[in-house]
Amino acid sequence: MNKIIASMKIALRALEVNRTRSALTMLGIIIGVAAVIAMVAVGAGATARIQEQIQSIGSNLIIVLPGSISSNGVRLGSGAVVTLTEDDAKAIAAECPSVAAVAPAVRGGVQVVYGNNNWATTAQGVTPDFMTIRDYTMMSGEFFTDQDVDAAAKAAVLGESVAQNLFGDSDPTGQVVIIKNVPFTVVGVLTPKGQSPSGQDQDDIILLPISTAKQKVLGTNKANAKAVGSLMVQAIGTQAMDQAQQEMEALLRERHRILPGLDDDFTIRNLTEVFAAQETSAQVMSILLGAIASVSLIVGGIGIMNIMLVSVTERTREIGLRQAVGAKTRDILSQFLVEAVTLSLLGGIIGIVVGLAASWLISYFAQWSTVVSLLSIMMAFLFSALVGVFFGYYPARKAAFLDPIEALRYE
Amino acid sequence: MAAVIEIKHLVKDYKLGDVPVHVLKGISFEIERGDFVAIMGPSGSGKSTLMNILGCLDKPTSGIYRLDGTSVGELNRDQLAEIRNKKIGFVFQQFNLLARTSAAENVELPLMYTDMPAHERHERAMKALLSVGLAGREEHQPSQLSGGQQQRVAIARSLVNDPRIILADEPTGALDSRTSLEIMAIFQRLNRDQGISMIVVTHDPDVATYANRNIHFKDGKLQLDERIAHPGEAQKDLEQLPAEPPEEVAAV
Repeated sequence: MNKIIASMKIALRALEVNRTRSALTMLGIIIGVAAVIAMVAVGAGATARIQEQIQSIGSNLIIVLPGSISSNGVRLGSGAVVTLTEDDAKAIAAECPSVAAVAPAVRGGVQVVYGNNNWATTAQGVTPDFMTIRDYTMMSGEFFTDQDVDAAAKAAVLGESVAQNLFGDSDPTGQVVIIKNVPFTVVGVLTPKGQSPSGQDQDDIILLPISTAKQKVLGTNKANAKAVGSLMVQAIGTQAMDQAQQEMEALLRERHRILPGLDDDFTIRNLTEVFAAQETSAQVMSILLGAIASVSLIVGGIGIMNIMLVSVTERTREIGLRQAVGAKTRDILSQFLVEAVTLSLLGGIIGIVVGLAASWLISYFAQWSTVVSLLSIMMAFLFSALVGVFFGYYPARKAAFLDPIEALRYE
Repeated sequence: MAAVIEIKHLVKDYKLGDVPVHVLKGISFEIERGDFVAIMGPSGSGKSTLMNILGCLDKPTSGIYRLDGTSVGELNRDQLAEIRNKKIGFVFQQFNLLARTSAAENVELPLMYTDMPAHERHERAMKALLSVGLAGREEHQPSQLSGGQQQRVAIARSLVNDPRIILADEPTGALDSRTSLEIMAIFQRLNRDQGISMIVVTHDPDVATYANRNIHFKDGKLQLDERIAHPGEAQKDLEQLPAEPPEEVAAV
């Protein structure tokens, strides 16, 4: 270790002799490393944004929607006939081992009134499980409870956009809003989630107990009082998504008495899958950006090789002298290799700093989210060292195998 | 006395295109411990080639070269480097000091290629500088030293690894007569006090008078090999020279 530091010092001194030249050579590596770090940061930022969006719709989320059924050859649209019920939800929760939680939901458009203000929004009748499944948290107040659902309590939880439009900046908790002439007490406000991946405002929503919503607001389905609009299902883990989907399909087909060979009367949507595809494309983009940036790192390496070759020629006499006083092949080899690596490592370190600054500037001025990972910094550092070794080896070898007599005589 | 250098039927050929050039045509001699040999001869006589072979920088085409009992002909590149490092000191006409490097570090250079710890390297470099009369100048860089001082740094460098022989190729070629004399005085002292065999290639017959053996070369052959019973005393001759201003001032 001491020996390495000693030879690094010698190398630094040799590089100091031609300061401008060393700096210009390093610039190639600096640009290369900085480009790799900044580009990977942009790519990683895009990936992170997509992951954030996936998180916002709920982790490991599967949505079951009522499907179309055929009646005498006429295919009816989705949801035309009641096919999902609260009993289906309970059965799925009880019988599918890969399912962690199930929340039935009904939805409909409503006009919400508070004092002189009113606002059109979507009301969803849900159970408290909905909150965990969709990864909602409360900004203020509490979510309604299972007891509230059983008792068909007139409690409402507002999305942030609704609260803003009706209450402005004052806290709505404890206030009464009127929906379809029914007074509801606001029990809490959801923490805002922003836009969904498909661009909808996820905070323009009002949540009611499913029982109350059906009885007082959205109306009960005449054919089946237990009908629901959709089921939100959370699988026990990312790996269990497919398994959960298969289990539900089998269970629902059995419960709905669908004969083999006939179409399902429900649709299972795995939203995570859709966005995972987007994530993959973002990752491909970041690899591509990194690859393009690496080209400049290679160009920087060629610069190092060029300057090291010049240096070997200039210092032929020095090399001859060192050989004469006893430097072995590997001594000379390592001297010039250390010099090349010092050059590239120094460039690498400065490049990392520049890269960090560049990715900060990109996110500041272009408003792109960038994520600099420790891994990309370490990779950049390692690569700049490798570039030094790779492009420094040929000149160093050339130096090490000079003929001492010729070298000493060199003018 | 045991021979430090033993050469038998030494031949060196070069190929110049397809034409072989016979540079050394079968040379045999021995150099004993404590010998101070001046090698002379016109250019092209093969003395530089002989010096390269003696210095283990080159290998003979045929013949035997034994240095301190080791037959050099069979050694590879790195083994030759090791021999140069341990047993030979070099002094060149152009000094060949590393620029922008202090005198002490220049002297330490051969020891950099040994396992010696740093403090010991430094100690020995200081000792070598002291023995050539450069104490107090260890931090000077070559550009801050006069030609004579630079050559003394180079001599200290050749000494620092306790060599068996010192090979000097025109060591006074770039120096004025007074400084040449100083250098020869140092060589004589090292030769007598430390028993190091000196081999000096020179054009200057005056320089040769301080050796106790003169070898003349011509056309790749030994022309003359004579021992000199009473070589000149460089130190005495130096003292008889008219006084000059101190060297540092003269150097500038």
